[in-house]
Amino acid sequence: MAARTLYDKLWDAHLVQQREDGSALIYIDRHIVHEVTSPQAFEGLRLAGRKPWRVDSVLATPDHNVPTTVKERASGVAGIEDPVSLIQVKTLDDNCDEFGIVEYKINDRRQGIVHVVGPESGACLPGMTIVCGDSHTATNGALGALAHGIGTSEVEHVLATQCLVAKKMKNMLVEVTGRLGEGVTAKDVVLAIIGKIGTAGGTGYAIEFAGEVFRAMSMEGRMTVCNMAIEAGARAGMVAVDDTTIDYVKGRLYAPQGELWDRAVEAWRDLTSDEGAHFDTVVTLKGEDILPQVSWGTSPEMVVGVNDCVPEPALEVDAVKREGMERALEYMGLKAGQPIGDIKLDRVFIGSCTNSRIEDIRAAAAVVKGRKKAESVKQAMVVPGSGLVKAQAEAEGLDKIFIEAGFEWREPGCSMCLAMNADKLGAGEHCASTSNRNFEGRQGYGGRTHLVSPAMAAAAGIAGHFVDVREFVR
Amino acid sequence: MKSFTKITGTVAPMDRANVDTDMIIPKQFLKSIKRTGFGKNLFDELRYLDEGKPDQDCTGRPLNPDFPLNQARYQGASVLLARKNFGCGSSREHAPWALDDYGFRCVIAPSFADIFYNNCFKNGLLPLVLEEAVVEQLFAEMYASEGYQLTVDLQRQQVETPSGQVFAFDIDEFRKHCLINGLDDIGLTLEQADAIRAYESERRQSAPWLFDAVKP
Repeated sequence: MAARTLYDKLWDAHLVQQREDGSALIYIDRHIVHEVTSPQAFEGLRLAGRKPWRVDSVLATPDHNVPTTVKERASGVAGIEDPVSLIQVKTLDDNCDEFGIVEYKINDRRQGIVHVVGPESGACLPGMTIVCGDSHTATNGALGALAHGIGTSEVEHVLATQCLVAKKMKNMLVEVTGRLGEGVTAKDVVLAIIGKIGTAGGTGYAIEFAGEVFRAMSMEGRMTVCNMAIEAGARAGMVAVDDTTIDYVKGRLYAPQGELWDRAVEAWRDLTSDEGAHFDTVVTLKGEDILPQVSWGTSPEMVVGVNDCVPEPALEVDAVKREGMERALEYMGLKAGQPIGDIKLDRVFIGSCTNSRIEDIRAAAAVVKGRKKAESVKQAMVVPGSGLVKAQAEAEGLDKIFIEAGFEWREPGCSMCLAMNADKLGAGEHCASTSNRNFEGRQGYGGRTHLVSPAMAAAAGIAGHFVDVREFVR
Repeated sequence: MKSFTKITGTVAPMDRANVDTDMIIPKQFLKSIKRTGFGKNLFDELRYLDEGKPDQDCTGRPLNPDFPLNQARYQGASVLLARKNFGCGSSREHAPWALDDYGFRCVIAPSFADIFYNNCFKNGLLPLVLEEAVVEQLFAEMYASEGYQLTVDLQRQQVETPSGQVFAFDIDEFRKHCLINGLDDIGLTLEQADAIRAYESERRQSAPWLFDAVKP
């Protein structure tokens, strides 16, 4: 057989039917469901008199709308103050009850952000096809799986048929060679990649992240990178299986055990691209060249190193791009040529499916420890990705470090990443955020988002403006 | 699903690259559990001068006079002319629902984000890719002529301008077939239920850990 990429292997293994017109039916192993993109899908099933094809393939949890204060969470669903959010979360509960779907309800200690809960519970495993009605589903690709976001019609389609109608994507290899400097994290790597290839650079591709930097990276870091594949335009991002992957999966709640574990590991060992496999596009970055990144604009590709300045639109030759830069500067209230370190922050958000795992919380806590939030920063919040992450962090005493520094320690959920709950930016406020999108209004009407790593966000919260975390911790 | 065969409609501009799904339909409106009613909040943050709230009556809200959809010449538009990477960002199907609910039947752009592109087809909305130079020409013609209309013929895969100039476009055969006939994807897939079951039973043998693992 010809040499195949990891994506080719995952695709081939899930092909139910190839059609002459190039489209195909692919089988879906795991379907993660949350409250925002599922109600219309369940309603569609009901209207058509259909039932889920395989209930045991589905796991649900509410995350986008849930409040993150202890007060609002105290009385479960009924305690959600926003009546529209309450209905949506309640609807998920009702749908899961009606169709017999396992759901980690709002105050279940395993509840959390879908893309944190999936790998953490072992519901998402290497070699699987994984979908969810959320574009950051690519996070699970870190396990050596084919994972991507789908719309609500497809949520209904997968519930009803266990399959998706899909067309094979092209293969892209993003290779990061060498080693990262101290203080440079997975988030900086993925922001640098997006800065290089642009937000449409990966459109039509499945990206495999490879090279020494990813081999040396933790699973949490790999998830951060795969999470943002969509911000480079690619529906799916993935990393080949190695010992780090296997070690991560072992012992998780839904992971196979005993003899089944041995069989699974044997199969998973093949989840790498073959020597000489063909990639349609190859992009290479040097790990040593990547610096802590800060986004300055309203698209994740508008990103520079922390010691750089806000770029000059006048130097951009492409007219559409230039106008986009000018509009972004106006929205962000920034001037061309302004040093990134001069940007003052109003709020700090550490959380989201990109950066809310235990490693992220630890990295932020290490920076914050023994220091105080800047007076000028109105709010710095830390929102763990799941109840289990929260419990782990508390067992390590990390919550106390944040609270002593004047940071808020919250209940798990998507929170200010997309501001569907009460956690949001005010108009004109600048936020150092560990989330994934800096679109206009994303974190609140008129809010100004700067995407950074957890350590960079923490340092900015202490200093009140962006600082090079590498200098800061010295 | 609503079928799409051939339309002639007024063209409105969304003249910027990388229009994201947060811009098409901001998150506060995603709390709805319905598929309809999103049209009044399409491009909410650009269209209105205040902050929109879910379930709000939008008739009294202050309109942004600079936004094309608020201008008399673009009223009743059913074709949206856009720039590169339209629909980037989230997987929310509320974006095509909002465009459809507003009255758009077709979006023309040099490129689309993958998930948005895919979602359009599930809702009878045609995302149509034309070369950048052609899109540039259409923008120029549209700005120059009030009431500018285009005819989009899916069967013949072509766009015709008022002067009779014709541009061909590519589209996946299966998607074209479904759109023209307004076919329900799920029904079509379920016709292959035997093939799905056969695949599944083979997988139960070769990779049993993929089944029956998730329990309450």
